[in-house]
Amino acid sequence: MIALLSRDLRLAMRAGGGFGLGLAFFLIVVVLVPFGVGPESGLLARIAPGILWLGALLACLLSLDRILALDWEDGSLDLLATSPLPMEGIVSVKALAHWLTTGLPLVLAAPVFGILLNLPAPGFGWLVVSLALGTPALSVIGTFGAALTVGLKRGGLLLSLLVLPLYVPTLIFGAEVARRGAEGMALGTPLALLAGITCGTIALLPFASAAVLKVNLR
Amino acid sequence: MNLNALWEYANPKKFIETTDRVLPVLAWGAALMLVAGLVWGFFFTPEDYRQGSTVKIIYLHVPSALMAINAWLMMLVTSLVWIVRRHHVSALAARAAAPVGMVMTLIALATGALWGQPMWGTWWAWDPRLTSFLILFLFYLGYIALWEAIENDDTAADLTSILCLVGSVFALLSRYAVNFWNQGLHQGASLSLDREENVADVFWYPLLVSIAGFVLLFVALVLMRTRTEIRARRMRALLARERMQA
Amino acid sequence: MVLSVSGASVARGGIPVLEGVSLRLSPGEALVLRGPNGIGKTTLLRTVAGLQPPLSGTVEAAPESLVYAAHADGIKATLTVEENLKFWAQVFGTRDISPALDAFCLGPLADRPAGALSAGQKRRLGLARLLVTGRAVWLLDEPTVSLDAEAVAMFASAVRAHLAAGGAALIATHIDLGLAEARLLDLSACRAAPLAADDFDGAFL
Repeated sequence: MIALLSRDLRLAMRAGGGFGLGLAFFLIVVVLVPFGVGPESGLLARIAPGILWLGALLACLLSLDRILALDWEDGSLDLLATSPLPMEGIVSVKALAHWLTTGLPLVLAAPVFGILLNLPAPGFGWLVVSLALGTPALSVIGTFGAALTVGLKRGGLLLSLLVLPLYVPTLIFGAEVARRGAEGMALGTPLALLAGITCGTIALLPFASAAVLKVNLR
Repeated sequence: MNLNALWEYANPKKFIETTDRVLPVLAWGAALMLVAGLVWGFFFTPEDYRQGSTVKIIYLHVPSALMAINAWLMMLVTSLVWIVRRHHVSALAARAAAPVGMVMTLIALATGALWGQPMWGTWWAWDPRLTSFLILFLFYLGYIALWEAIENDDTAADLTSILCLVGSVFALLSRYAVNFWNQGLHQGASLSLDREENVADVFWYPLLVSIAGFVLLFVALVLMRTRTEIRARRMRALLARERMQA
Repeated sequence: MVLSVSGASVARGGIPVLEGVSLRLSPGEALVLRGPNGIGKTTLLRTVAGLQPPLSGTVEAAPESLVYAAHADGIKATLTVEENLKFWAQVFGTRDISPALDAFCLGPLADRPAGALSAGQKRRLGLARLLVTGRAVWLLDEPTVSLDAEAVAMFASAVRAHLAAGGAALIATHIDLGLAEARLLDLSACRAAPLAADDFDGAFL
């Protein structure tokens, strides 16, 4: 398992691994929004938590099809499936590797981008907390979508369509925590619900992903 | 009643034979009930004292919304049957129900917009119920797209049924998330067991008739589409067999 | 007995291709699968490897004894030869990769990125993976594709050494590997008969 994780991280770091792709996309979203809605700082401050969450989500979505597609193409997935690693473990490690290479950089970069969008001072901490809690769920759900579409030639668009509605609860609670944090309101309930969704998906969804992947490898 | 006898209908041949007999009855029943319910509702009920004649769209809106949700529930059940017992007809019935459910969702959304405009002064509001239906629509879209994208029938059936199970959980989660996110304009459910509270008898009876019409319509459409799917599947099987022999 | 398949039927894309396949492998034995293209050699190997269930019949093997080598080698182009092998060694819980490097003359290439290898060298790397897994039964699908005569001999001696050490191999191939001791199994006899048209209404296929 650790071998698989370190291999995936190493692959992501090397040329052509796509590391930083999500981050670049996040930057593009954050830079383009003020051009779209105007430079008024009050408005930007109000929509900043939502935009930052949306940017992080889209950046995540962009890199999902790489989770399993590369291993599928070069045949590693067949070989991994016949190795001693359980399929549930493989998909969990894949999700973890995706989070470490995509989700974590987004979490760390979000405060910097928050400055660009005039995020109110109390919001920074909660933005990071909400993203740190929510992005693992995005990676795990995304791995499920990637497992569903792994054998398809043009799976990218379908993957987005399948994952989009599954992302709704995480986005709602995550953005709500960030928004309430920025406005200095009580945020215990959405925070607990966000944490609940993340824990639930991490605990249960790998079984569905593994089942789906086994069907696709048949 | 012997429940085991029910599984006989999972045989495609038996299914086609039975539906040959049942389908005309259902189709005529659906047409009759729909015409009766809608004509009664549209022309022979008084206007609501607050909402005027706009209230009459309820005879399309409520039944289609009900069927939109029930279609998904039916897909959930047939998906489970496929996963547990692997009856092909079950998987094909789920596939057949999805577009019908999606159209029902669209009807509910469209009639809702038409009703919302005079009542709330807007075609669309990000109200929890409306938003939930939009999300449901996306689920249908993804489910159908996945069926269409996969060539092998058994693989497609397996993947879509797992998607249906996972999707159901997330659809429920979204429902509560959306409720939490915005408390909303939409009135409470118009239908409940203690109907006295909600809708007066004059509106209630024609509504019941048109709901029955929608249920029959749904069943008839799903049976018809399942028959089509069975035949299409059989055709693909024949072609594949021919390719093998060539 | 390390592997026994009895009365197995296998399907590709939902269509039965082979039926009534029975074979047994004992330690030190190699079995070569023969048959025209499309007969279902790959499908049979995937079934034995556990990637897909047989339609009927059974596949029995000692737990954790199989290793499968497919058409594709599963090589990562940006990792070096050594890193590729080390990864699989870790996955299968073994350590030493030097015998594998030696057996396929990959020592001088160990630090080269796998993407810079020729097709034949990549194939050698894919086959070297078998040695680092430490598994007893090799399931090989066209192992000699893109190998030159010298490399085929390398492969044959690796298989021989594996058999001598009590291993076994099930090999789908068209060419003569120079393994005189290997038994042959021609799958042409097991081609699945087309179903009668009447059955179609009952179960589609």
